[in-house]
Amino acid sequence: MAGVEAPTLHRLAGRPADDAVWPAPLRRFLSRRGRRVPWLLASLTVLIVAGLLSPLALVVIQAVQTGWSQLWPVLDRAFVVTLLWNTVRLALLVTAACAVIGTVAAWLTERTTLPGRRVWSVLLIVPLVVPDFVLSWAWSSVFPSVQGYFGAALVMVLHLYPLVYLPMTAAFRAADPGQEEAARSLGLSRLAVWLRISVRQARAVLLGGCLLVCLSLMAYYGAFEDLHYQTFTTAIFGELQIQFNPAGASALSLVLVVLSVLVLGGETAFRERGRLQRPGSMAQRAQQPVPLSRRTRLPALAGVALLVGLALGFPVAIVCYWMAVGVSSTLPAAVSLGAAIGSTALYSALGALASTLLALPVALLAARHPGRWSRAMERSTFITQAIPGVVIGLALVFLASRYLGFLYQSPELLVASYTMMFFPLGLVAVTASVLRASPRLEEAGRALGRAPWAVRLTVTLPLLAPGLAAAFCFVFLSAATELTATLLLVPTGVQTLATQFWTYAEQGVSFGAAAPYAAAMIVMSAVPAYLLGQFFDRRSGRGPAGASVMEAMS
Amino acid sequence: MGSSSHDQAARKLRWLVISAGAVISASLLAACGGASAGTSASGGTGGSGGGTITLYSGQHPQLTAAIVSAFEKQTGIHVNVRTDDGIVLADQILQEGSHSPADVYLTENSPELMLLTQRHLLETLPAAITSQTPAKDNSPTGNWVGISVRVSALAYNPSLISASQLPASILDLAQPKWKGKVAIAPTDSDFVPLVGAVIAAYGQQAALNWLRGLKANAAADADIETVVAAVNKGQDAVGVINQYYWYRLQQELGTANTHSKVYYFPDKNVGGIENISGAAVLASSSHKAAAEKFVSFLVSAKAQQILAAGDTFEYPVRPGVAPNSELTPLTQVNPAVLSVVGLGNDIPAASLLQQAGLT
Repeated sequence: MAGVEAPTLHRLAGRPADDAVWPAPLRRFLSRRGRRVPWLLASLTVLIVAGLLSPLALVVIQAVQTGWSQLWPVLDRAFVVTLLWNTVRLALLVTAACAVIGTVAAWLTERTTLPGRRVWSVLLIVPLVVPDFVLSWAWSSVFPSVQGYFGAALVMVLHLYPLVYLPMTAAFRAADPGQEEAARSLGLSRLAVWLRISVRQARAVLLGGCLLVCLSLMAYYGAFEDLHYQTFTTAIFGELQIQFNPAGASALSLVLVVLSVLVLGGETAFRERGRLQRPGSMAQRAQQPVPLSRRTRLPALAGVALLVGLALGFPVAIVCYWMAVGVSSTLPAAVSLGAAIGSTALYSALGALASTLLALPVALLAARHPGRWSRAMERSTFITQAIPGVVIGLALVFLASRYLGFLYQSPELLVASYTMMFFPLGLVAVTASVLRASPRLEEAGRALGRAPWAVRLTVTLPLLAPGLAAAFCFVFLSAATELTATLLLVPTGVQTLATQFWTYAEQGVSFGAAAPYAAAMIVMSAVPAYLLGQFFDRRSGRGPAGASVMEAMS
Repeated sequence: MGSSSHDQAARKLRWLVISAGAVISASLLAACGGASAGTSASGGTGGSGGGTITLYSGQHPQLTAAIVSAFEKQTGIHVNVRTDDGIVLADQILQEGSHSPADVYLTENSPELMLLTQRHLLETLPAAITSQTPAKDNSPTGNWVGISVRVSALAYNPSLISASQLPASILDLAQPKWKGKVAIAPTDSDFVPLVGAVIAAYGQQAALNWLRGLKANAAADADIETVVAAVNKGQDAVGVINQYYWYRLQQELGTANTHSKVYYFPDKNVGGIENISGAAVLASSSHKAAAEKFVSFLVSAKAQQILAAGDTFEYPVRPGVAPNSELTPLTQVNPAVLSVVGLGNDIPAASLLQQAGLT
């Protein structure tokens, strides 16, 4: 029976068509070890990646068209060296601090008997949804001394450490306790075991988290402006705001592109050198939580509480304070709070949905058909993560107003911009679950006589569902708090929570009027943040998602 | 045991899928409200058949909203308002070129209007509009009209510096004795025109030396709101501002918490220039008649009175409309005489700021 079925299945899957579609050299290029890449998946991926990178291409074209003679003065000045130094040293400090804080916090909530660790593990994620400009605004309005290098580093660490914390909890959960026990039995101290086995096992995940921190950091603007710290992104705004120089902004963006390619390359090199044997995913045993002694429990608890307090409690308290005492009620809102919540939810949800769906083919190709080419396709989408929203926004303004007039300032274009900017975050989560969903299960489904579409619906989709949900939440959170591209692309007359917050907090000194919008942003994002936590930090045994994050990032 | 953990995982999975579905549907439900608000705001019906225009506004949102609603009531023309930083909106118009959906551009400073004029993106306004306001506050080529004026000034903290020690000229702030006492916002779009004024009055080299002195002396803040707040808190003795920032801070904090004062440069020193907020009709507008009606309304007695009564603390340009009574009359402030042409389009000023290492 099965023997008869197999060719039919192949025909249904459309495989024999390959030879006709791709020219031979391309086919060789696309395939590795003779395994052919399904043409539909490959062409979909090419289209998606091309679409995602199109604003980036436009930035490059605009810079090149302007010509070196005009761009060089922007790049060839002492100030650019300052910017480079500021951006690099901030990226180093913040990435390192996030790595340490995220790893230790993940270890404490995941592998020890820390009191209340379930509650902490949710609270530790939520700071990701406190928009950077709300965080910096909270700090700088209370402590004017929080500014410059250390101020910027403080705010960025408090905002970004969940990008390391989240995947690290999953990695610790998925780790094989056997190696740790073996190391202990060979006489290594607990600290040595932690550093040399536990953290080392999760090294690839740690690098992946650091990559996200490092790239995201480069694109931030609002917080640095508030804290008087100049980076490439603030300089790009300077070019746009006082120079009327979109080409200059493009030139500076090119430096960011180069920087992010270097970061991506560095991460790849690091990872490949440090590749470790992965433990077999079938034979894992439950881990015994490490008991915290009376001496260590208190400092551990205090540390976690301090982190949550600074990253979440403090900004929330300030927002509440301004809501209570603010006197700026003289200013009428352009739209009601409800309408702002509605439009924010709509655009962010659609952006999240689109990113998740588009991430699926890219993740499938990268996971099921690994190779230099598919990996390069996948990684190239990360570059956009480092480009400021205003640059992406202006590129889309140019493109849409001139060539796609019907799309310009439409909700669709705004949704597309969210997809372009936050795709990598969704991709990380989808890739994780694709790697975990073994193709063997699908093959079994087909062997049992189900049609391919039925297999996809009843086997693949349920396997991928948690990852898709996580991707949705990840993108939703980022889109709901996005400001600069939204200002450029939002349909005229519509206000989102972020634009209405900006109208009050940036244009005037109206903290009181701005506060409810910040509060709504935090509250609205808390639900997806909780779901995201559920995905990365599953409590009920080793879920399909947890361990695979490690594989996704390695 | 294996099967129970599997069940648990399956339950978890189902729960996740259900909750993800719930989030999606909740967002989509909530979206209906947002979408309908969006369409009603951008819809072309606009009441009594007067048509719809699109306004790109860099002016204070509350002032814009008040004027727009009075205009809609009077004419039945619906106005779609797009709010952003005035200069970012100018960037947006530059990117859009002749495809801009905007009909009217309203901004806080003249340089961006001068730039858009040079790029031939603004329509020439009828004399019936430009004749309503003093010629010195309008585009020399008739492409835009001034609607309000602010004056650059110093905020100072009397507990740190006495009034008699304040500088007679803005150039003095570059002297070594001011080191550590000054706050500026070099990237604020309200500071750059001041640099243009210093270039126009004293020449390129003197302006560069002045900026280098400021670089050594001054704390560089992100925006003038920060400067005026820093002076009020006593972090800096003086700060370069536009007068209306101080009044707005005073209104926000109340007189009891205002520990700073505003100082105008004497003898028409270039430190006290008029910054003109203006409006224009875009050359690419397909609703020019309605757009001109709106610009004409901006300089009418009615809109100018709304502007004077509001809390933005700008001087209305229309002769005969008195400014907010808290403001020092413009005749006493005695600002520098400098034409909008002299102020230019910010670009030379911005590159000088770069040369001096301030941006």
